[in-house]
Amino acid sequence: METYNYKVVRQFAIMTVVWGIVGMLVGVIIAAQLIWPSLLLDLEWLHYGRLRPLHTNAVIFAFGGSALFATSYYVVQRTCHTRLFSDGLAAFTFWGWTLIILLAAISLPMGWTSGKEYAELEWPIDILIAVVWVSYALVFFGTIMKRKVKHIYVANWFYGAFILTIAVLHIVNSAAIPVTLTKSYSAYHGAIDAMTQWWYGHNAVGFFLTAGFLGMMYYFVPKVAGRPVYSYRLSVVHFWALISTYMWAGPHHLHYTALPDWTQSLGMVFSLILLAPSWGGMINGIMTLSGAWHKLRTDPILKFLIVSLSFYGMSTFEGPMMSIKTVNALSHYTDWTVGHVHSGALGWVALVSIGSMYALIPWVFNKQGMYSDKLINTHFWIATIGVVLYIAAMWIAGVMQGLMWRAVNPDGTLTYSFIESLEATYPFYFVRLLGGLLFLIGMFIMAYNVYKTVVGAPVTDEEVAQPAH
Amino acid sequence: MSSFFNWWVIVITLVNIFACWWLIKWTMKKRPEESEMGDVTGHKWDGLEEYNNPLPKWWLWLFYITLVFGLAYLVIFPGLGNFKGIGNWSSTGQYEKEIAQADERYGPIFAAFAATSIPDLTQDAEAMAAGERLYSNYCSQCHGSDARGARGFPNLTDTDWLWGGSPEQIKSTIVNGRGGIMTPWGPVLGDEGVENVANYVQTLSGRDVDAASAEAGKAQYNMFCVACHGIDGKGNQALGAPNLTDNIWLHGSSAGAIKKIIIEGKNGAMPALGDFLGDDKSHLLAAYVYSLSN
Repeated sequence: METYNYKVVRQFAIMTVVWGIVGMLVGVIIAAQLIWPSLLLDLEWLHYGRLRPLHTNAVIFAFGGSALFATSYYVVQRTCHTRLFSDGLAAFTFWGWTLIILLAAISLPMGWTSGKEYAELEWPIDILIAVVWVSYALVFFGTIMKRKVKHIYVANWFYGAFILTIAVLHIVNSAAIPVTLTKSYSAYHGAIDAMTQWWYGHNAVGFFLTAGFLGMMYYFVPKVAGRPVYSYRLSVVHFWALISTYMWAGPHHLHYTALPDWTQSLGMVFSLILLAPSWGGMINGIMTLSGAWHKLRTDPILKFLIVSLSFYGMSTFEGPMMSIKTVNALSHYTDWTVGHVHSGALGWVALVSIGSMYALIPWVFNKQGMYSDKLINTHFWIATIGVVLYIAAMWIAGVMQGLMWRAVNPDGTLTYSFIESLEATYPFYFVRLLGGLLFLIGMFIMAYNVYKTVVGAPVTDEEVAQPAH
Repeated sequence: MSSFFNWWVIVITLVNIFACWWLIKWTMKKRPEESEMGDVTGHKWDGLEEYNNPLPKWWLWLFYITLVFGLAYLVIFPGLGNFKGIGNWSSTGQYEKEIAQADERYGPIFAAFAATSIPDLTQDAEAMAAGERLYSNYCSQCHGSDARGARGFPNLTDTDWLWGGSPEQIKSTIVNGRGGIMTPWGPVLGDEGVENVANYVQTLSGRDVDAASAEAGKAQYNMFCVACHGIDGKGNQALGAPNLTDNIWLHGSSAGAIKKIIIEGKNGAMPALGDFLGDDKSHLLAAYVYSLSN
């Protein structure tokens, strides 16, 4: 009798919680370092500049990546009514990904970096990532190929787009000329290098942090709500429009730079066009709940999922607005950007992952539900308050910085020096630290709840269900 | 860009925008085999189904508006390859326009100060307040908000000048920048030589060091260092060579820091601000810096 491969799902699901704690802990540490720069004794390995890429890599690729691996492997098997294409390759992706994360945790504090944001890892690790990612694609698309149903479920479109595009982005942007084992130089130069980096950088947001997690949303929201997806037509339009327009949006990271004017304009125009396709996912998710709104009162998992969609809607509105040149002239280089990123990363990515994990973990550990619904509820409120504190602090700080930097005296000189704007930001750094700390505490509550749920659970794999027709 | 890439950019941009419009129309079409609007589509996966609901109207309008806005923007602004847009806008043009406006508005304020000599300006409280604002904007990043410098960045409040402290010299430093070069002597002197010269240099400011070593270093100092720092160690403002007798150490005062500079040398750089600030602001800024020690 064929069973689903839950082993790799269980492994990635547990590591999602572990890496979530690690990544967010480093985030809290660097938030504290912005207030107390010598917090870690000025040791070069633990300096802000070394820990910051460790934080971003850990939350995006270790925490977010594990959540995507776990859910995509689960969803693709369930919705294709078949076992994963290859158990061996799936196991290789788990151990390979774990090795990559450990190498990142060593190499980034050592200061070995290519200097490209969200692509800091040096070339030997980049090659390993490419190998693991291609294996991931083989497992995923191999499973799609052997599906027992005719149509491919919408969640798999998004997972598929995410897997394919990340492979292309990673390989193109990481192209480099190695000098030593720990040092390489980008294959591109000048403004072209910057454009390649932000073509990668923004599509990492678009395909890793948006398309991937929309795939997750398209399975877990209807499943947990017990309702059909709101509109098939909407998923078709917003899927194709989203993946085709996201590709163009990168230049909005380089407004008013050496990038040619025409490139900046195209980046802005397509970022604006991106608003409706992005919102298509939010509408489809939230409207799926129509007829089942009452469940929001009782099901804390649904609260996570629906609030994550609200943050998704907010940040995908904010993003296009910030891509408008005149708005960007104020917001760029300020903490507003940091706030925007975290309304996406904490509000959307983390909340939807946490909600999905609370649903998924009992399913793959043969349990009726999580150990404690009450603790899920507590986690929900602590996390939500944490996000709101974080992003509100960064919004105010960012707008304030932007206004201070452009304020001029009657004689045309700048009213404030940079250091004065930094001084004015301190109170908001405290609020941000508090918000981050709350979010981290929530993750510890989750870890306890998950531990109590899975400890001693029998780990047998479920039989593959027969397709409906 | 070349004609090929010009058309490449134009075509794929427009194709993508119109493909969005076509996609909406194509998806909205009702097909004979499909289920009624509002019903489930009939597909099932792992117990999941989908409704065949129409696209929300308000959302469609939002989509259309952004598509139309995008096309209009690309008519007015540069975006479609080499086409400059009918609005004749460019980021360089915007910058130049804003600078010209600022010069017109604020230029006379600084032009008025430029008519007064630097020593006289230091007596003018209003001029000094404006000078301090210029200083905070352009100089404080390196020389500190209190102008007392930092390691590698000279203190502007004392009377120890690398390149001279007269009004003209200060202004020249601001307008043209300065580049100070200390040659690396490590390979020439060897370990012992570096030790000896460092000891001798320290005796110049009255430090108590190994006398024999310092004596040995003196001979080498007189051979290699004297050309810039002078026989008495008082330096040379024409070259920006520091005075070694005043116990002011730009790159650190410890024996180790002194040895490091002797071994590795140093290229000190003060950027030229004349082109950016213009003569009038440079004049006022020089007066402010002059006032810090006069």
